[in-house]
Amino acid sequence: MTLPSRSIVPISEVVHETPSTVTLRFAWAPAARPGQFVMVWIPGDDELPMSLSYPNGPMGGVTVKAMGATSRAIQTLRPGDRIGIRGPYGRPFDLTPRRVLVVAGGSGAAVLAPAAESARAAGHAVDVALGAVTASELLFRGRFERMGASTEVATDDGSAGRPGFVTPLAERLLEEHPYDAVWTCGPEVMMRRVADLADRHHVPVICSVERQMKCALGLCDACALGPLHVCVDGPVLPWESLRGLEEFGRSFRDPAGRRRAYGSAPP
Amino acid sequence: MADLTVELAGVPLRNPLLLASGIWGETGASMAAAYAAGAGGVVTKSIGAEPRSGYPNPTVEPLGPVGLLNAMGLPNPGIDEYPAEIEVARASGAPVIGSIFAAAPREFAALARRMAGTGVVALELNLSCPHAHGYGSEIGSDPRRVERIVRSVVAAVDLPVLAKITPNTADPAGLARAAERGGAHAISAINTVRALGIDVTLARPILAHGLGGLSGPAIKPVGLACVWQIFEAVRIPIVGIGGIASADDALEYLLAGARAVQIGTALSGPGVALFGTIARDLASRLDALGIDRWEEAVGRAHGRPPSSAVQQAPARLRRPSKPRRAP
Repeated sequence: MTLPSRSIVPISEVVHETPSTVTLRFAWAPAARPGQFVMVWIPGDDELPMSLSYPNGPMGGVTVKAMGATSRAIQTLRPGDRIGIRGPYGRPFDLTPRRVLVVAGGSGAAVLAPAAESARAAGHAVDVALGAVTASELLFRGRFERMGASTEVATDDGSAGRPGFVTPLAERLLEEHPYDAVWTCGPEVMMRRVADLADRHHVPVICSVERQMKCALGLCDACALGPLHVCVDGPVLPWESLRGLEEFGRSFRDPAGRRRAYGSAPP
Repeated sequence: MADLTVELAGVPLRNPLLLASGIWGETGASMAAAYAAGAGGVVTKSIGAEPRSGYPNPTVEPLGPVGLLNAMGLPNPGIDEYPAEIEVARASGAPVIGSIFAAAPREFAALARRMAGTGVVALELNLSCPHAHGYGSEIGSDPRRVERIVRSVVAAVDLPVLAKITPNTADPAGLARAAERGGAHAISAINTVRALGIDVTLARPILAHGLGGLSGPAIKPVGLACVWQIFEAVRIPIVGIGGIASADDALEYLLAGARAVQIGTALSGPGVALFGTIARDLASRLDALGIDRWEEAVGRAHGRPPSSAVQQAPARLRRPSKPRRAP
């Protein structure tokens, strides 16, 4: 049993990606793969699971949306502030599909951008459907475009791209192009919808899933999703393993382990 | 093949390998998965009267080959919502042992009644969590309180009662004796060993709660010593816990006096598939050692061959007098 241990690192750089999202960069030696996550500790505050938006050394990075108290506190961190990093953990994306549709909702782009980057570096074709509430919140739009991914956007308020959700955009792309895989990350309700659409086109879907996490070691059960533990079985999970789970897209577990419906209370 | 079946305080188990409390036991699906993977039974997360979120993270600190430091803070859904999880676990066929924690005898008894109503096969009393204020080892280090709590629970329910005692005391065997006096049907030993980790650069404890408990390989010798001493001190069966990751680890506990064992931290990595692996290995190791039945070797390292038979004689067990709910 070898358990990865923690390192305390100073933040090298803080990048304000959107009004609600920041990227923290830090010295990072471990070899991580796109899709894997780390536990990020803000000393004196909490420790949260975050997918690596920059999994490759020598400079790793996580991209955080202001949601709860801790992720809001993260927005105020400055270069030189020290954070704890534990990991990498979890299963990464399988990068073998040669023609990939990426469907990103909100901060879901944080984990999909590095996966798309690696796919592009391997010479694979990547199309991106990127959604956000408004134009200024479109995360990593420039990064997707720079890597040579064909990128289309949708915004809830119509301030950029197609007005409305990202799913109709994904539906059109699925009709127009043959894909080997769909990679998606965003609200579970969105991922469920994307998976249903891809099913109709017989394209396999891979989801990056977020759940309450405490140990990240496959022990504490906080991230239980049906029989799965997102920290070790995921966070990157094939739709086949999620399809039958009544909880996925409908309920989450609070820190006490109680099941709560999405929309009933903040996670 | 050696016979792995075991009777623990009147509860028949297909093998002596139980899922330890606190591990995987927050949800019914996880407990069902542990049983499907080969566990002989499962112990729930410690459940309280009210929902508890536990401490903020960091709640764990991995310590490499030493093991794992944790202070979860008894997170649990509370007894109102938790029965739905037990229902899922029981539907898989798993014998479920319900772990409960409370502060005082009367609260323990009330909670025990509710847990008993969920269809669990036994109760385990958490008298040993090393880092929860007002609970666990704070009350479980005092033999008189242990005896009172156990007595109140035994009087309240018709189920076997396991008292899980702490190693963070000068006299674990004394705690076990106190539990036995209170009417406990078995002793579970040990819980985590009180422990601390400090980050040198930050000059502060790593766990949000500060103090925590150590589990994993480093505490196996501690657990073995406790089981050894408890075996010499009580007649009721013992469930050995602490650092078990292989069939030989389980055998050590068996020979020290454990009738069953619990596995927790070692599941990190292999997952619950470890139960199947250890069960298979155990059967072949017992065969190689010329032991036909797991049960016959309980406490054998004490060098008194008949002792295990005497210790486990049904007539000497304090069993519930009233008929017990079927598992």
